[in-house]
Formats: sequence, C-alpha cells, structure tokens
Amino acid sequence: MLYTEAGQFSTTYRADRRVFRLRQDRIALGTLLAFAVAVVPLIGNDYWFSAILIPFLVLSLAGLGLNLLTGYAGQLSLGSAAFMAAGAFAAYNFNLRIEGLPLLVSFGLGGLVAALLSIVFGLPSLRIKGFYLIVSTLAAQFLIPWVLVKFGWFSNFNASGVITAPPLEIAGYDLSSPGGRYLLTLAVVIALAWLASNIVRSELGRNWMAVRDMDTAAAVIGISLPKAKLLAFGISGFYLGIAGSLWAFTYLGTVEPHGFDLARSFQVLFIIIIGGMGSILGNFLGAAFIVLFPLLLSNLAALLPVGLIDAGQLENIQKMVFGALIIAFLIREPDGLARLWQQFRARARRWPLRY
Amino acid sequence: MTEVVAPTTRAETLLQLDGISLSFGGVKAITDISFAVARGEICALIGPNGAGKSSLLNVINGVYRPQVGSVTFDGEVRRHMRPHHAAQRGIARTFQNIALFKGMTVLDNVLTGRNLKRRSTWVEQALRIGRAEREDDEQRSRAEDVIEFLHIQPWRETVVGKLPYGLQKRVELARALAAEPTLLLLDEPMAGMNAAEKRDMSRFIVDINREYGTTVVLIEHDIGVVMGISDHVVVLDYGRKIADGPPEEVRRNAEVIAAYLGTRH
Repeated sequence: MLYTEAGQFSTTYRADRRVFRLRQDRIALGTLLAFAVAVVPLIGNDYWFSAILIPFLVLSLAGLGLNLLTGYAGQLSLGSAAFMAAGAFAAYNFNLRIEGLPLLVSFGLGGLVAALLSIVFGLPSLRIKGFYLIVSTLAAQFLIPWVLVKFGWFSNFNASGVITAPPLEIAGYDLSSPGGRYLLTLAVVIALAWLASNIVRSELGRNWMAVRDMDTAAAVIGISLPKAKLLAFGISGFYLGIAGSLWAFTYLGTVEPHGFDLARSFQVLFIIIIGGMGSILGNFLGAAFIVLFPLLLSNLAALLPVGLIDAGQLENIQKMVFGALIIAFLIREPDGLARLWQQFRARARRWPLRY
Repeated sequence: MTEVVAPTTRAETLLQLDGISLSFGGVKAITDISFAVARGEICALIGPNGAGKSSLLNVINGVYRPQVGSVTFDGEVRRHMRPHHAAQRGIARTFQNIALFKGMTVLDNVLTGRNLKRRSTWVEQALRIGRAEREDDEQRSRAEDVIEFLHIQPWRETVVGKLPYGLQKRVELARALAAEPTLLLLDEPMAGMNAAEKRDMSRFIVDINREYGTTVVLIEHDIGVVMGISDHVVVLDYGRKIADGPPEEVRRNAEVIAAYLGTRH
C-alpha cells in the first residue's frame, strides 16, 4: 500500500534506466542521505563517529572495490588489503613530497597507484581463473606490505614505521574533528558509490558480468576479455586504494602497513560474501554487519552475570559465535543480505496481499 | 553515362571454406572440407553425432584454428578467424548448450549482444556525460526491436537463469540477432524442443532470413525442419563432406542415406 508502484510509469528509456524507479525509493534514499549529511554530525558523539560510522563507511568502500572485481567481473582476489596499503602509502607520500597538494588529489593519486599495482597483479587473470588467480593476488598481499616495511623511503625513514597522518584540511576547513572526518569519509563514499552504480549499469558493467557468467560467449560476441578483466582490476584497485587512504587518514590517523594484513583482506571478502556478490547495496549491509555485530555481541556479553565467563575467554567466544553465525547465515542465504532486502521489498510491494 | 552496377544475385558468395582440416592432437575432427554459403541463404549442416559440425562452426567464427585451409568471409581471406574479429565483421552465433549470461536479465543479455555498436568510452558512460546517454537510448530502442521481434517482452526484466529452456534458446537467438549480424551461426537451435516450440523457432529463423536478409548457417538434427527451411544442405560424416546441394538433391543422395540409416552389406 505505502510501497505501491501503481500509477508510476516510465515514459522514456532514460526514466526506465534509473536505479530507483519508484518515487518511494527516491524519497527514502534522499531522506537517508539528508539524515547522514545534515543530522548525524549534529547528534553523533565521538564514539559513534570514530568507532562505528567511519570504519563502517571505509569498509563499505573497500567492499565495493572488491565487489566490482569479484562480484561483477568474477575474478577472485585475496589482495584487497595490499591495494589499500598501496593507496594509503602512496597518498601519504604524494602529500608529503609535493608541497601544497590538496588532500583529495593525494587520495586520487594514491588510488591511481593502487590501480596500477592491481592491474599488474591482475595480469595472470588473462591466463588463469578461479582459485589459481587467488595465488597471484595473495602474492600481492605478501609482497606489497613487505616492500612498505623493508624500504624506509615509503614511511619517510620513520623509526617505528608508524606515521601520523597529516592534518585533514580541505579548502581551508579543518576536518580533523571526529565529525569532520566523518563528513569527509561520507562525501568520498557517496561520490564513489554513485560512480560505481553507473559503471555496473553501463556497457562495461555488462561486459564484466558477461565475462563472469560465460567467458567464451563473451569473447564470441566481441567483448575483449583482457580489456574487461584488466579494467576490473584497475577500477577495483582504485576503489581499494582510496579506501586504504581513508582508513589511514580519517579512521586510524596513522599510516602503517600492519593494519593491512591478510586478515583485513579476508574481512573485506567476508563483507561482500555476507552482503551479497554483485550488489552495490550489499557492501554497505555487509560492512554494517561486520562492524556492528561484534559490538552487539560484546554488549550482550556485558549483560551476562559477572564471573560466568572468564573475561579473557570472552573475546575468543565472541569470535566463535561470530564465525558460527556467518556459516549459519550463508547456508540459509548464500546470496547475502542484499537478497534478503530484495525479498523484503518484493513482499512490501504486495503488502497487505500475500500472493 | 552512368555505369550500371550489376544487381547482387543470390549466388554471390558470402562465406567460403577452402580445404579446412582440424585436428586435436591425433584426433582428426575435420578433414579437407570446402563449401560456399551464398549471401542471403539458409544453409544447414547435418550429419551424425561427432561428424564435426560444431567444430566447423567454431572454425568459422574463430574459436578453433584449423591446421590447414582458409576462411573467406565477405571478400576477406584469412588463415583463421579470431572470435573478436569475427564478431566485428558481423558473424554472430548461438551455442548447442545455451551460453547465456545467466545472472543477467533478458534485456541486459540482448543489450550485451550490441556491445560492439557502442562508440562512447567507459569513462563517458560512468560519468554519464557526452554521447553516453543518447547512445543508451538508441541501444535500448534497437534491443527492444529484437525483443519484440522474438516475442520475449514479458520476460524483459527476468533473470535469464530462471527462464525455461525453450525461452532461453530464444533469448540466445535474440542476443545474437541484436548484433545485427551478416551471418548468423545457429548450433542446434531446436535441440530438446517440443513440436510447437520447434515450429515457432523455425518461423523465427525464416523471418530473420527474410526480413533482415541475414545469411544463416545452422546445425540441426530434425530432418523435417532442415528440409523445410533450408536452401542449401551440407552433409558431414566422420569429419568429411559427403554431400552438398539443394535439399531435394541431398535427400536422394545414396551416401547420405547410408550415413543416416546404415547400408545393407
């Protein structure tokens, strides 16, 4: 009833191409964005910004980067964190070595460096597929952080290898407060998510899905497989590089290779598996799940009577519960949270009828 | 005085195979096959299983490279085709085991068939600037023509993997047709269909041939269909050509009868 499409017709192809064809969807999205941009900075506190919202946004962006490559173009990768590290260190170095370079330009250049590296490590995809390709991206995962630690130039010969990120300033505005960092992250994520939703619905996005679903047929209808695959690696690397810069600059406030280990790559992979492969929304749902669920578990644990569980064991138990829930969830809904959301919408359209 | 250009006759050759031989390791799939397909005709390739029919289609559009022989398409002689080049020159095909993009909608599959008609770059499309939007409209409009032609409008937004087999076959034909091909290669377009579906599919193939003037090379096992719709039949057996001619002639050929029914010894 509230979510009916009756009376809403697309009379042009352009109108029919919109992501949100229903007026209700557009209103809901607009409200959500307005809330995130205008209301959240006023009501949020430091804890919410620094511990929940910023990591949620950055991990969503990283998930988006991997999803373009794996969910859309069908190329498996376990090197996400390496490309994040490359982006973060490149952005740091550009910022450090070029006087007066605007912050967002450093981010962009960092993304481009990560994109180039991603293309290089994606070259084996022209010959091999699936699990074998994972080995190549795994090589990136070991090689890139190792290089960043091994050669002091990348961290400007800092003794500890941990560098404090430069102050966040855009056009004279200081964005170093938690609220400012949140807004900066949000703006970048919104812009890149918009771009990604355009890409996946363009010819390139269709070519990626064609390569994913049936590569011989894709070649026969004239799609260049090398171009489609390498563009997927490049664009994915760009997104991951920017996500890495944000992770270092706006979330941690420090640039260090150890935050970008294999565990981070797996975390990004879990985000897209839980959220949904081949879905833009899925990355946000998956990241929210990954960020919020451990918090929820620890809050629930706090409700237990004191002494029932040893405090030292609590963290391990949380991990086990989390792992078990992921497995249970994937058995129940292999297509991820995005699919659940689709089903919910399909039912909402018919509500209160049930057919 | 204006020069009179000879009208293109139906006998003009579009595709010519010369002495094609193809083997996989020691296994000979095709031995010294030559034949010509005239522009605008429907040519059927028939023969028992394993005769080399699908391999021959794969040679024509460059999936396989023959060891010997050459392929002449639209006046251009090549040692072998490449899939991308074949698509650019106007060869489209369907596969014996449906090769659709299963995770995409019918509309997206058909649009993907037109990917070579794009002029705008991916950057223009991603930022939605320049000619990208106008081109999107045009691509959609052409895709809708094909969807209408093959009567698949009700399933436009359906994910292809969820459609029944017969419809998937039709969507695959739509994807091939969307490329506006000069030559359409159909690998068993009616395999596994019931009589009504076969009748529809035969109708579509003949309509495509008449309305768009598309030359069709098809592989089919249903001899009734083959004799009914084709202008020209090529019969293969054990990788060799055993007959080549109009359907009535081929039907009376002793070697063809032997290959299909066996001979009395």
